[in-house]
Amino acid sequence: MTDADVGTPSVEDALTAGTEEAMGQPPVGEVVMTLADVAVAFAGRAAVRDVTFDVRAGEVTALIGPSGSGKTTLLRALNRLHDTVRTASVTGSVRLGDLDVYAPSTDPTLLRSRVGMVFQRPNPFPTMSIYENAVAGLKFNGVRKKALLDEAAEAALIAAALWDSVKDRMNAHASTLSGGEQQRLCIARALAVEPEVLLMDEPTSALDPIATKRIEELVVELKDRVTIIIVTHNMQQAMRVSDRCAFLLMGDDKAGELIEFGPTATLFSEPTDPRTLDYVNGRFG
Amino acid sequence: MTAVLDSPADPSVERRRAVQEAARSSLRRRKLSSRIALGVCWAFLGIAIIPLIGVVVYVVAKGLPAWNLDFFTKSTTPEGIPGGGVWNAIAGTVVITTIAVVVTVPVGLLGGLFLAESDGRAAATLRFTADVMTGVPSITIGIFGYIAMVRNFGGASGIAGAFAIGFIMLPVILRAGETAFRGVPQSLNEAALALGARRATIARKVVVPTALPGVITGVLLAVARGMGETAPLLLTIGGNQYLQWNPTKQMEALPVLIYNNSSQPYADLVQVAWGAALLLVAAVLVLSIGSRLVAARLRKERR
Amino acid sequence: MAETPVPVGARRRRSLPDNGYRALLGAVAVLVAALAVWFVVAIVTQAWPAFTTLGFSWIFGKVWNPSHGRYGLLPFILGTLEATAIGVVLAVPIGLGTALALAYLVPRRLRTALSTTVELLAAVPSVVYGLWGLVVLAPVFRDTVEPFLTSAFGWTSLFNGPNQGVGLLLAGVILFIMILPTMVAISRDVLAVVPNEQVEGAMALGATRWQVLRKVVVPGARTGLLGAFTLATGRALGETVAVALVIGNSPYIAHSIKSPAATIPSLIVNNFGESSGTELAVLFAAGLVLLVIGIAVNSVARWLVWSTAGSSAGAGAR
Repeated sequence: MTDADVGTPSVEDALTAGTEEAMGQPPVGEVVMTLADVAVAFAGRAAVRDVTFDVRAGEVTALIGPSGSGKTTLLRALNRLHDTVRTASVTGSVRLGDLDVYAPSTDPTLLRSRVGMVFQRPNPFPTMSIYENAVAGLKFNGVRKKALLDEAAEAALIAAALWDSVKDRMNAHASTLSGGEQQRLCIARALAVEPEVLLMDEPTSALDPIATKRIEELVVELKDRVTIIIVTHNMQQAMRVSDRCAFLLMGDDKAGELIEFGPTATLFSEPTDPRTLDYVNGRFG
Repeated sequence: MTAVLDSPADPSVERRRAVQEAARSSLRRRKLSSRIALGVCWAFLGIAIIPLIGVVVYVVAKGLPAWNLDFFTKSTTPEGIPGGGVWNAIAGTVVITTIAVVVTVPVGLLGGLFLAESDGRAAATLRFTADVMTGVPSITIGIFGYIAMVRNFGGASGIAGAFAIGFIMLPVILRAGETAFRGVPQSLNEAALALGARRATIARKVVVPTALPGVITGVLLAVARGMGETAPLLLTIGGNQYLQWNPTKQMEALPVLIYNNSSQPYADLVQVAWGAALLLVAAVLVLSIGSRLVAARLRKERR
Repeated sequence: MAETPVPVGARRRRSLPDNGYRALLGAVAVLVAALAVWFVVAIVTQAWPAFTTLGFSWIFGKVWNPSHGRYGLLPFILGTLEATAIGVVLAVPIGLGTALALAYLVPRRLRTALSTTVELLAAVPSVVYGLWGLVVLAPVFRDTVEPFLTSAFGWTSLFNGPNQGVGLLLAGVILFIMILPTMVAISRDVLAVVPNEQVEGAMALGATRWQVLRKVVVPGARTGLLGAFTLATGRALGETVAVALVIGNSPYIAHSIKSPAATIPSLIVNNFGESSGTELAVLFAAGLVLLVIGIAVNSVARWLVWSTAGSSAGAGAR
């Protein structure tokens, strides 16, 4: 698999697609990402389907639902991480502002500089120091100026509430950090690239309760700066951090589908769909 | 158009602008480098495959014409005299390898059992010794075979060759045996012990049979390795142009024959070398592929 | 562990009692260790006369002329190192690239088949490589490869001298072919087990495929890669018959890559039959020197592994 799998986009198209206007953070509530009839299938079998909702700037949108409902699969479709899986096919429309994410002319590596991701288990690069981890994304994207690297790393580590702990040991190896600190380093690493959207795939499920709480606080702090889409299997977490929720449930065909989407408060107190009501009341999941 | 609310002086926005600009302007270069580098990796893969194909093709092309009835049934004849074969070398290889296997496999497997069952200093020393043994150059093993066997027992012999080949095979079987025996689930051992069985019985009836596929794999690989070794034999078996089944006397062997004939200026001798090479390669490949098939079946059964 | 009580009827079993079983296994372990000790003792004692008669300086002597009592080993030490160096310099990049291709680029269905093909290269006996190298490759080198390289790189003085086919270059290339399967097999294994979450982490930041391999996968596997390098180098140092057949067996220090040369193993194997007395002891001693070189190279590589492993990830998250 090579980067050429994108098809043959003209580089000029890649350079101009995805608009200059998105540089600034759009006003809170403005739609930054739209999903319409999105479906992901592996070797012909649907894993998640019929997903339609909008993601708004300055908000935390949570994808909730029992395990197997396709939340992570859906999330990974948003930064084209399924491109590396030969049997995967993504249909429907995903738009980031004016950019059609799955258009052949869209370059995935550029897309991923605008849509970052934090994974379930902290995955700092073990051979790199804390500093090198923090600037890794910038370097991948061709940033070379030391001044910019240092500034971005510091800003990102501050935003991730890690700066004070590590500022005196930036050359230490990432493995010297605790689990919660490593996850915050991964968040900083993603933030350093200044993405417009940050995808978080159950970022606290591998962490202890104290670290979990700190990350949840971080998520709420960060939403002014970057739009967040978070997958969580923990309803309470969704209630604590998110502004809107998308509830997914596995259907009879073993594919996840979007049952309901709406403001968190409404979804949890007066959901429209009875299945949502059952889920938030803990009757399954 | 999205209205920008933050003032341009917001450092975050400035950084985003700078990062996006760097990303876009470097995109072409990065993608090109990636394509070139990956292409080089593919090319290297091709380079790695070419010698194998080249060697096999040549060995088959040049060796097959040498294969006839005489080749397999007659002993070697000097240059210029037709009707010769490699039967004496085949016999020698078979005898030497058989002796080496018969001596090395039981010792190696028992050693493997020892390593699998104990973890103390003795086991660590043995493991270290086996690892060091695998790193000894085959020529030095040949020297050892010469000193130990040829000098002390009055001359080159098949047994001396078997001794040297055994030295090469031993660490391979030791480690393969240890791996295979360690793979036996501890629960089987414990169940047998709980039933009151002796350790030797457990070894015989539980551990060895369960580990058998892994053991067979290891033994086949060791045999394939032992059959192809030349340098140790050059110093120990002395060579013999006549058929000789008695291992206490000088013998011929296929790798030695190939080596000696390769550098001769006589085409018919080189031809014999190719024929013998084809035979040797075929045998070794059959053993290697066979051991893989056994290993694959082992994995299938385990699932 | 206490001896488990054996039921009365079981005494008729033919298995050894536990003590006997343990003793047998222990005896085997001792036997193997004794064999190793015998090996060291035998070689050292038989090689020793060379040192008592000739001292130690002969190891670095430049002239090998036994009939005149000159036993300089330097041409062969250099030949060993040079041929190995050529082989390793070729095998490391090509082996790494091949391993990367096998671990990350080749479609899954083809992976086993191609990996097996490369590994089967290791099964071909070295003497067959020697035969093939001498009869098939040497003429090609003499007529095509060497003239081309000389015209392209003749400005360095590495390619002086006539094009003969046999020589250091061919020996180095044959060694490269022979150690390649080792490099590839081990490298592929260690590259493939770099955790997928790190690969995905890099991709999610916007890295190109090559950036992921170069900055995350290869560094993540570097301890194992050094191990592969060590093993491959060790094999090259000890290779005898393939090298002896294609290196030209000239007892002089090579002045160009195309020169015929000789290695310590080729020296031993060529002169063993007719030598006796001092010369034989010298050959034994040369075998010992080869062992020492091998151990030295191995130790350097192990130190490299140790020193880089110390600077990469330690115990993981607290």
